[in-house]
Amino acid sequence: MTLTRSSTDPRSLLGNFLTAIAGALVVLSIIPLLAVLSYVLIKGASRLNLDLLTQLPPPPMVPGGGIANAIVGTLVMVGLAALISVPIGIAAAIFLAEFSTPNTASWVRFATNVLNGVPSIILGVFAYAALVVTTKTFSAYAGAVALSILMLPIIIRTTDEALQIVPQEIRWASVGVGASKYQTVLQVVLPAALPTILTGTTLAIARASGETAPLIFTALFTQFWTSSLSQPTPSLAVLVYNFATVPFKNQQELAWAASLVLVFLVLTTSVVSRWFLRRKTF
Amino acid sequence: MTFQLTETQPIVRARTSFEKNLDLFFIWLTRICAFSIAGVLVLIAIQVFIQSIPAIQTFGLGFIFQQEWDPVKERYGVLPMIYGTLATSFIGLLLAVPTGIGTAIFLSENFLPISVRTVLVFLIELLAAIPSVVYGLWGIYVLIPLINPIGHWLHTNFGWIPFFSTDAAGPGLMPAGIVVTIMILPTITAISRDSLASLPPELRQASIGLGGTRWETIFRVLLPAAFSGIVGAIMLGLGRAMGETMAVTMLIGNSNKIGASLFAPGNTIASLLANQFAEASGLQVSALMYAGLILFIITLAVNVIAQRIVLQVQKI
Repeated sequence: MTLTRSSTDPRSLLGNFLTAIAGALVVLSIIPLLAVLSYVLIKGASRLNLDLLTQLPPPPMVPGGGIANAIVGTLVMVGLAALISVPIGIAAAIFLAEFSTPNTASWVRFATNVLNGVPSIILGVFAYAALVVTTKTFSAYAGAVALSILMLPIIIRTTDEALQIVPQEIRWASVGVGASKYQTVLQVVLPAALPTILTGTTLAIARASGETAPLIFTALFTQFWTSSLSQPTPSLAVLVYNFATVPFKNQQELAWAASLVLVFLVLTTSVVSRWFLRRKTF
Repeated sequence: MTFQLTETQPIVRARTSFEKNLDLFFIWLTRICAFSIAGVLVLIAIQVFIQSIPAIQTFGLGFIFQQEWDPVKERYGVLPMIYGTLATSFIGLLLAVPTGIGTAIFLSENFLPISVRTVLVFLIELLAAIPSVVYGLWGIYVLIPLINPIGHWLHTNFGWIPFFSTDAAGPGLMPAGIVVTIMILPTITAISRDSLASLPPELRQASIGLGGTRWETIFRVLLPAAFSGIVGAIMLGLGRAMGETMAVTMLIGNSNKIGASLFAPGNTIASLLANQFAEASGLQVSALMYAGLILFIITLAVNVIAQRIVLQVQKI
């Protein structure tokens, strides 16, 4: 009896064959990423100039123009959504990691995961029912509320995990020198977990800035500058959707350029959030 | 040499009632925020339900089996959209499950050095970061022109098979299904990989020690052990597939027909909502809310089951 298996043994050959297949599947899953990125870069780069960032979207058949109002609209709505969801999300995570019983925590975590799985279009439907129907107007508020619900689970999950990693000794030390609970959490535990919390917040912002479905019938779109938050508000994502399907070449080019801006935003935030993680305290 | 010890007397005093109340207030504040998450879920269900009451009263459960969607005659039914939702999700799962699990195996075993694997895992995560609407745009101008000739060839040569019974003329179930595949692939890969990587190393060692090859170990030991985690991953992928909106809306053709052909246009509940909500009024809004409620309930059920499975795995 020999303990080595020859490389022509059927079992070795089958193994090599399967390895090749699995490797091919990995390549297959990477291809769409490269294909999408390269197309967005090629098609979008031709319109990447100052006009794009300063001009309004043109009406059909008019050349030139840009996506300035959509960029501002996206920033305003995502900013507003972050203002709502970041404090609530971090507070909820503090409760989960610091003050709750394991049983309550597991239920709230379960609800958070389920909320994370709710399709983003349903969040749009909810914001429509709760805000557009009652105020009788499409508005940046409605869009921001839908986006904030989208961001909440991501922020809670990452903050919760970040707080759990902070060593228990730090809390004991803080309480030992006489700090109260909120002092311990706000001045000792939260700063220690800050890099990971920033990561989660950045990821949530990146995700929200690319979302179209919650905005399409809550914030709607407009070709003009908006002067108030209770008006239809344009966004990059909805601009891509609207301009992708019109038969005008200029609009289609703007859709590609807007996609490039969106993808650039998302990719930089993904990389930046990783950079936050490298400066971890624990 | 003498040490000069400066006496610092610690101040010992009881906390004032203000400080105690501040503490209590803080805890309650965080508690309210935490419970508001469950509150939001309930609120979504209630709001959407209230708005869909007129449609529920008019159409009842027949809404689900009715094929017409006619805003002029005010007759609404979502059977074609339910069919489209299931069909695109099914195509998505059919393609994404083998690809995702294969990738998960390759990236959880030591086929490649760890640094290369980390990069690959990051790249697959990025797939999930690209906005849905960008996939839609890419699908319209790149994917559809790419698969149309293939669909045309399949139709002319295998037109007798119901799946290829119509000619590929642009948007349809197949392009939508392929984009769904791309979008659920990161979910399925990441969670399957996690459940494979978290298996105790003893399982692998024992199997190799008994003379099993690497792939015999994977198929007979690792995959069965990680089975429930993989099922959870697939369920989560299914939930995402059914709720996926923008890319599907841009690629499916939005026609309320039921047909076996993969290249015929169709519609999903999510794309129905995306298409019609902004311009809807009266009973149509309510009917759309009803459709949204159905989508919410289905995805909620899928997600709850998926979470249960994944939680069970984490406990082991």
